Amino acid sequence: MLRYTAKQLANMAITLFAVSFLVFALNELSPGDVARKLLGAYATQSQVDILYKEMGLDRPLIVRYLEYMGNALAGDFGQSLVFRRPVSELLFDRLGNTMILAAISFAVIVPLSMLLGVLAGMRERSLFDRAISVFSSICASIPEFAMGVFLLAIFVVWLGMLPGVSPLRADSGWAVWMQFVLPVLVVTFYDAGYLISMIRSSMVEVMRSAYIRTATLKGMSFRGVVAKHALRNALITPFTVILLQLNYLVSGLVVVETLFAYPGFGRLMLEAALSKDIAVIEAGTLVAVSVTMLTQLFGDLGYMLLDPRIRV
Amino acid sequence: MADVLVFDKVSIDYRGKAGVQRILNDVSFSIPAGGSMGLVGESGCGKSTVALAAMRYLPRGMTVAEGRISVEGRDTAGLSDAELRRVRGNRVAMIYQDPMSSLNPVMTVGEQLMEVPLLHGVTDRAVAFQRAVAMLGEVRLPDAEAMMARYPHQLSGGQQQRVVIAMALMAEPALLIMDEPTTGLDVTIEAAILELVRELRSKFGAAILFISHNLGTVARICDRIGVLYAGRLVETGDIRSVFHRPAHPYTHGLLSALPRIDARGKGARLHPIEGTLAAADRARPGCAFSPRCPHMAPAECVERSVPMVPASPAADHLARCARLEAVRKASQAAWRARPPAEAEVDAPILLDVRHLTKNYELGGRFGGRAKRVVRALSDANFQARAGQTLAIVGESGCGKSTLAKTISGLIPASAGEARLGDADLAQLPVDKRPRDLRRRIQMVFQNPDSTLNPSHSVEFALARPLKVLRGMGSGEAKREVARLMEQVQLPPDLLRRMPHQLSGGQRQRVAIARALAGEPDLVVADEPVSALDVSVQAAILNLLSDLLERSHVGLIVISHDLALVRHMADWVAVMYLGRIVEYGPADAVFRPPYHPYTEALLAAAPKPDPDAGAPTVVLGGAMPSSTQAIVGCPFASRCPRKIGAICDTETPPVRRFGVHSIACHIDLPPPAAGIRSQADAAAPPP
Repeated sequence: MLRYTAKQLANMAITLFAVSFLVFALNELSPGDVARKLLGAYATQSQVDILYKEMGLDRPLIVRYLEYMGNALAGDFGQSLVFRRPVSELLFDRLGNTMILAAISFAVIVPLSMLLGVLAGMRERSLFDRAISVFSSICASIPEFAMGVFLLAIFVVWLGMLPGVSPLRADSGWAVWMQFVLPVLVVTFYDAGYLISMIRSSMVEVMRSAYIRTATLKGMSFRGVVAKHALRNALITPFTVILLQLNYLVSGLVVVETLFAYPGFGRLMLEAALSKDIAVIEAGTLVAVSVTMLTQLFGDLGYMLLDPRIRV
Repeated sequence: MADVLVFDKVSIDYRGKAGVQRILNDVSFSIPAGGSMGLVGESGCGKSTVALAAMRYLPRGMTVAEGRISVEGRDTAGLSDAELRRVRGNRVAMIYQDPMSSLNPVMTVGEQLMEVPLLHGVTDRAVAFQRAVAMLGEVRLPDAEAMMARYPHQLSGGQQQRVVIAMALMAEPALLIMDEPTTGLDVTIEAAILELVRELRSKFGAAILFISHNLGTVARICDRIGVLYAGRLVETGDIRSVFHRPAHPYTHGLLSALPRIDARGKGARLHPIEGTLAAADRARPGCAFSPRCPHMAPAECVERSVPMVPASPAADHLARCARLEAVRKASQAAWRARPPAEAEVDAPILLDVRHLTKNYELGGRFGGRAKRVVRALSDANFQARAGQTLAIVGESGCGKSTLAKTISGLIPASAGEARLGDADLAQLPVDKRPRDLRRRIQMVFQNPDSTLNPSHSVEFALARPLKVLRGMGSGEAKREVARLMEQVQLPPDLLRRMPHQLSGGQRQRVAIARALAGEPDLVVADEPVSALDVSVQAAILNLLSDLLERSHVGLIVISHDLALVRHMADWVAVMYLGRIVEYGPADAVFRPPYHPYTEALLAAAPKPDPDAGAPTVVLGGAMPSSTQAIVGCPFASRCPRKIGAICDTETPPVRRFGVHSIACHIDLPPPAAGIRSQADAAAPPP
């Protein structure tokens, strides 16, 4: 297992380098040079040329890439053109905010979906199963923005119980914890709907298997069969999917963050992309790729712990 | 009450979308303490429902509509949940088909075994552990303590079934229910498991309900037998009475459809049961078998219900038949066998295989672990002849499927050649073969459900090879399809059907028609009937042998079933661990001298005869891994007749008796004909 982990970490480093180079090169090749973007459309060509030289953009791509990576390894990702702040600071702030939202959501979504999915799947076609199936497919099929607007209408406009925006500032008139409620709710509804149906169908399949019959006909109670024989098997397939939700929660919350004016990582990436803030895009991509690869590694390791058939 | 299990006029209904269906109808039998009863019948006859009903574990939608099921004198319907749990696994235990899927893949063998005593009264884990270890010893698993820590996937199929048996015996139950316990296992493993069951039965004294489609395995285990048809018991009795004097025409049919290893040789014709079981037959007021029965008389069989009546002087031999007398008379004239045909050695050679070898390389891609080589096929030599059948037999993993795949071009060989006319098939993958060569070799696969494209009609499946391989136009192809359908005895109205609308036998007929569509020279059939019921299997086998005889197509049939091979083959190649250990005309291979492996296979094959007795040789162990380099004889590690160190160190010489060859160190005597002449010389007949 150690050997496998080391191998995967090495793979990860190689992939990160490859991705960073690709993103770096692609940004360079995109139309319009950086100096022009910085100075705007009304600057003269000679002004642009001077800045171009000052920024060292006339040097070969590979030299500039190596310099960039050298700085990046030291924690310096350059300056954001739009926010006029070091990228590392900006990223740290925004990523921190997103991590809080992601952690709370994950802590709600996972136990909730496991509980409902297993309860629904253990008695296929029971009333509870049907109710949960309907509920989860409704949740999963309403897009986040619709769900967000819907909840805003109820809790903010109608009931006035919760704040409509979540800038995470104490001076906005609402306690900071209350500003988390709606974003977490929207994410939970949307994501849990998907996970519940995933876990449910895995559980249904396990409950139909021959070893569940074996356990029952040993004289074991239904509760014992579910807890001892079904649960672990039913979680094997959804396990990787559960971890994949971390990717979504860290870099896919653009819609929710935008909707609630939440200062998170997804929105930062969106803004950077719209304004061609290259340094931010580059650093953000590296973060997103690392998160994906780390969750994959944890997914593989957890998978091995759950399923003795694939232990290496 | 001395009876462990009693079914008293039990009927079971299934309530589904199509209304209520009667799955079991008026089934009565009982098993006394220590007795053993076999239940046989084709798929869909309700055998497994009987097993599940005895455990009160019916699938959703099924209910006991009438009658009483009692276990040790107690009506199971009246048991509370807690009482039921004390019966299950404790008084009645079950052993299943497919041991791999009936063991929990994420729990160790030990945990799963220990659960049984822990559920039924034992509180001390150490005691449970000791019992589990002891029981693993009882089922002859080596190194029981180490076995406890293993996971099911780390065991072989035979070992897994031993674990399941150990699990069932843990609580020393009064009744063991075995549902097809050896289906899917190799013959040698099957024989060993059946011997184990017999032995444990006398030791633990449990009664047995043994469910199987295989009359041979039932004959080896049971003292009574019940024959189920369409949910009704049609005949029950002492095993010898039923096997020797079958009364019901369906029982007759089952017995005469069965290929026998003691058949007189190739050409001994099988008698399939005509027709198939229709869903409507279950609801018939009269005899459910009447639509398929040659002795049917409307007044007696169709219009009124048929009761169980005494079928022979033997006590308790009952049959549900209104025309027993007529059936008895007719059966005197059965078994008209054709004279066994001697294999013609001089029939033209179609396919000449020499030194064919296939190695797979595992691992070692980035110089990590050392490369391992799987020797799937080593130095195979044989010929397939026009109009004749070559059977390739051996246990799973012996390389027989690799051989078929190499010939059909699905995988390239590593060395050697396989000549079909001028072409060498060994190095020619199927996509590089010219169209005409592809036409000349066709395959029939084991599982017709998965080899016919589910979204193509029968007509499309048959017309396509005609157009592609024989370049026919639509009109011509249509006429040819009609002819093919007639050849495989399928009614033309099936042409528009989709594969899922056909029965298993019909699908396999379509698969055969498809293979014949290109007018091939050679057909390779990989276990063509092993997924089919006995009665259907006989019809398909007859069809194949008729077609071949007429068309001079060569057939290579791959099979694990020696009885079937005895009926079909002109030539036999016995494979072990990627090598052909014995090869020759079928009559020579099925007669001594044998290779010790052939001898073991023959002994292990279940025989539908209650007096056959225990097999003379039971192979222990498992086939070694084919990644190890073999120095001496590949069979040395399991050979019951190993003669000494020479078997481990030197490649056995090939002993030839004419065209019959055996690779063995034992100095085998020449065939029986030679012995007889010697004996004649020594002692003249009186």
